[in-house]
Order: sequence, then C-alpha cells, then structure tokens
Amino acid sequence: MNIPQSLYYTKTHEWVELKGEEAVIGITDFAQHQLGDIVFVELPEVGREVKKEEAVAVIESVKAASDIYSPLSGTIINVNQNISEEPELVNSSPYKEGWIFSLKLNNPEEIAELLKAEDYKKLIAEKE
Amino acid sequence: MAMNYLPLTDLDRKEMLNTIGVDSIEELLQDIPGSVYIKDKLNLPNPLSEPELIGYFSKLARKNINLSSVISFLGGGVYNHFIPAAVREILKRTEFYTVYTPYQPEISQGLLQAIFEYQTMICNLTGMDVSNASHYDGATSLAEAVGMACRFTKRDKVLISGGVHPDYLKVVKTYFSPANITLEIEELNNQFNTLIPDKDPTSYAALVVQNPNFFGAIEEVEPLSQWIHKGKGLLIVVISEPISLGLLKVPGDCGADIVAGEGQAFGNAPSFGGPHFGFLACKREYLRQLPGRIVGETVDIEGKEAFVLTLQAREQHIRREKALSNICSNHALGALAGAIYLSLLGGKGLREVAIQCFQKAHYARDRLKTLKGFSLPQLVFFNEFPVYCPVSGELIVEELLGEGIIAGLPVKKLLHSPKWESCLLLAFTELHKKEDIDKLILALKRWS
Repeated sequence: MNIPQSLYYTKTHEWVELKGEEAVIGITDFAQHQLGDIVFVELPEVGREVKKEEAVAVIESVKAASDIYSPLSGTIINVNQNISEEPELVNSSPYKEGWIFSLKLNNPEEIAELLKAEDYKKLIAEKE
Repeated sequence: MAMNYLPLTDLDRKEMLNTIGVDSIEELLQDIPGSVYIKDKLNLPNPLSEPELIGYFSKLARKNINLSSVISFLGGGVYNHFIPAAVREILKRTEFYTVYTPYQPEISQGLLQAIFEYQTMICNLTGMDVSNASHYDGATSLAEAVGMACRFTKRDKVLISGGVHPDYLKVVKTYFSPANITLEIEELNNQFNTLIPDKDPTSYAALVVQNPNFFGAIEEVEPLSQWIHKGKGLLIVVISEPISLGLLKVPGDCGADIVAGEGQAFGNAPSFGGPHFGFLACKREYLRQLPGRIVGETVDIEGKEAFVLTLQAREQHIRREKALSNICSNHALGALAGAIYLSLLGGKGLREVAIQCFQKAHYARDRLKTLKGFSLPQLVFFNEFPVYCPVSGELIVEELLGEGIIAGLPVKKLLHSPKWESCLLLAFTELHKKEDIDKLILALKRWS
C-alpha cells in the first residue's frame, strides 16, 4: 500500500498535501482500493466555506457512495475538474492526478491534529 | 415448511399476551382514549359463502359504467385509445407478469431488455438523451422533474404554467411545500396559452409547461424555452396525452431539458384513473440528477450484449439519505404495456393514431360551432378542447349519461372556481366514429 511520507492523513482516509496556507486533498491508495472502480465524483463548489470533518464531496464506486470529509477548515479554492470526466484517475493515481479539491486554510492550527504517514500506516494495518 | 393459513388461534393469542405480560386484548389497548375506542361490535353484515360473495360483487360491479357500453368524451389526463389484443397477450406472459423488482437484476435479462427498449422509445419520442425505467404516473414524474431542476440549479423557485393539469399541480405542491420551494403559477391568456412571463428568469430553477396543456391547447414552447434559458433555468415539458408526440414537434427540439409525462395513452386501459405509468427523461447534462432505476446496455465477459441496472449509486439502497429521491421502484408492467403498444404501432402507426385524434376533435369542434349558445374559445388544439355551454357542465353530463353519453369533463370538478361552471372539456380519440360525434352534437342541441 502506497503511503507517501510527505503527506498528512485522516482516520477517514483522506490525504492532505500542505502548500503554505493552502492544502490539496484527495483519498488514499487504501481508500480507492477499498471502494473499487470509481465511477463518479460529486465535487464541491469553489468558494464554499467548510469546517473540519464536514462532508464536502461524494465518491461513487460501483458498489458504494461515500462522503469525503474535509480534513481541515477553510475555503474551497479549486476542484479537480479532470476527475469529473475521468473518475478512474482517483483509482489509478490517488495522490497525483486524482486529487479532489484544494483549500485556503482558516485555521492552520488544525494541522497538528492530522495523522502522519507512520500513524496512518498503523491505522490501516489494524484494518487489514 | 408447512404454512398454516389460520395462524392466529385463540391459543396463539393467549401465548402472545402471556409473553408480553397482559391478560387480555382490552388490557393491551387500554392506552387508546375512551373517546375514540369503539367498544361495541362493528356494524358489519354476516359472512357470505363464496358464491354469495361473487354474486354480491358482480352486482356491485354492474353499477360501474363500462366504456364499451357508452360513448365517452372524457379526457383530462386519461384517454380511451384502442389497445391491440397483442399487448395483453404479451404482457400476461408469466416471465413479465409475475416479475417484481429483480433483487438480482442481472439474472432477469428479459425484463431488463424490455425496460431498455422502453427507455429507448421514450428517448426517441421526447428527443431526450436518457430515460428512467418509469414512475408511478405523470404527476409523480413531474414532481421528480421539479426536484431535478432545483438540485441542478441550486435554486428554490419554480414557475408553473396555469395550463399544467390541476392534479399534477397538487402533487407537486404536496412534494415541495414542506421543502421551502416556492411554486409560482403563470396564468394562461384567453387562447389558453402560456405567454412569455413578464418576469426576471434568473431566480427560477425551472419553467414547467404542459403540452398540449390541460385545456388541450398546443403551446408555443420555443419562446418559453428561450426565456427560461436566458436566466439559466431549465425547461420542463410535461405531457398528459403522449399520443400527441406522434404529430407535434418533439420536446427536445423545442428546447426542453427534462420531459415528464403520463404514459397511460400508450397501451394502458383508463381503468379508474390508474394504475398507469409516468415517464421521465432528460438531456445528458442532467443524467446525474435523474432518479429511479435506469437500465444500461453493455457486454458480458464473452463480449455478448447484456443489460444491467446502471448508475445505481444515485439510488436509495446505496446512497441512503443522500439519494436523489425516495423513488426506488417503477411501474414496470404499465411501462411494458406502453413499450409493447409502441412497438406494435411503430412510428407510422403512432402518427396515424395521432392524426385521427386530431381530425376527429377538429370535426367535432366544427360541428359544435353550428350550435347556438355553445361558445368555443379560440385555441390551437390537438384532441381536446373546452366549450362553454348555455347551462352548467355538470348538468349536461348528468343528463346525457342516462342516454349512454359521457359528455366530457366538467372543468369545475377540478378547478373549483364558479368561472368554470359552464365549461366542458371534450376529448376525442381514434375510437370515436363519426356517428358517435354526430350523436353528441344532436344530444347537445336541446340546450341550443
């Protein structure tokens, strides 16, 4: 299972890449694997203000529809339109081309509550 | 396992009461307030034997007016069209007749294919890209269409033409009044048409227009489409007499984004106003908002044609409370009757039926013009039109019923304003013979 060291993680299987006051968010390799073939991603609206742990997007696979929770509070500044056309990118490239949305952070202190790669590895090891 | 058809013996009751710790049924029901608790025995007749029961209900059924024994000019959303015998024969094959929702849908390839063919026909007729497997009726289809438009545009105001069937409007109100969605009505003009609203379109999720409308008038849809699209709202076209699609321009070519309607006229008997089926189709752009089951065509692992339930993640069993709609079933049998009917008629046949309906209605209206005291509002119509009578519409219908004629629908029955007191809505289909229409005219002459 691919768990890049440079990223932060959540218990609900989102990853966070920090870029100064901004954060890019997607779902982990583990999550895409569990969901199976992803057929649709319902993206949030740009400009929407979201709170940490708020449901902001929905991923539909052939067997389930799952909420994606924002790992941090902030304003949505960008969404990945490519995955509207090619949702399978979330399966094939969960950490790069399959990113879902990016945030301008309202409360950077929340970063301390995110999981590091090592913690996330332990979390999914318990599940497997 | 042996099933006892009388499972609730006195002993069973006693055991159940013992288990929950009460002595009697009365004790169990003690929380029901005395004022609503019926203590006396119900006033019911004595039991009947089976032959007595059949006799009783046969007598009761004879009170019904059968469409084969009267000449009916009733329309108003349900139309008496000819149903080829083959529709019933094919429909009653047990492979179709006894199948309910397939819980392992892909095992029922025949049923899925039938639904797929139905969807294809609905798309062809409406000019839409995608259709679902059907709804309960035209009214629920329209309500779902309104929901789609509100979700897609994220707006909470809908403009509805005054030509939309009053019963459909009631259902839409039932759906959306508690949901904080505002429904505004755009009144019709003197020719029973919807004019371009003198309003700013930008706040509306959709404009709903029925074509032909409740009064039978053919609407000019294109200008309405341009108006609502200027504000980025959606155009919903609703249809209650789908035979008209054999003659009129398809809604998709008039700018419709979503088409909802009642499919009864396609191979479903009028019955008592149901059960029939509703259809709902939309442009590809709104596919994600379309509720209900959708059958898709694909190939199996051997590369052979196969049918599946597709896009199921929109639906309740997967999306739970986030599903698009509570609708998770369809009227498969009614829709199948529709598909069989359409396949038997083909495009040419449907057109022929539509032309006959149109011509017979126009013949009737020309004849009515000769009757003094009956006033015919100007309108462009398909197979149904209103007429103002010298006396109350209800009175005419009541009197002519005794002579074997149902002289149309008194509009006041559905629209309760005194304005409609003398108005009858008359509908014509391919089943009316010239002599039927002449008989109606002759019968009406006494009030002329």
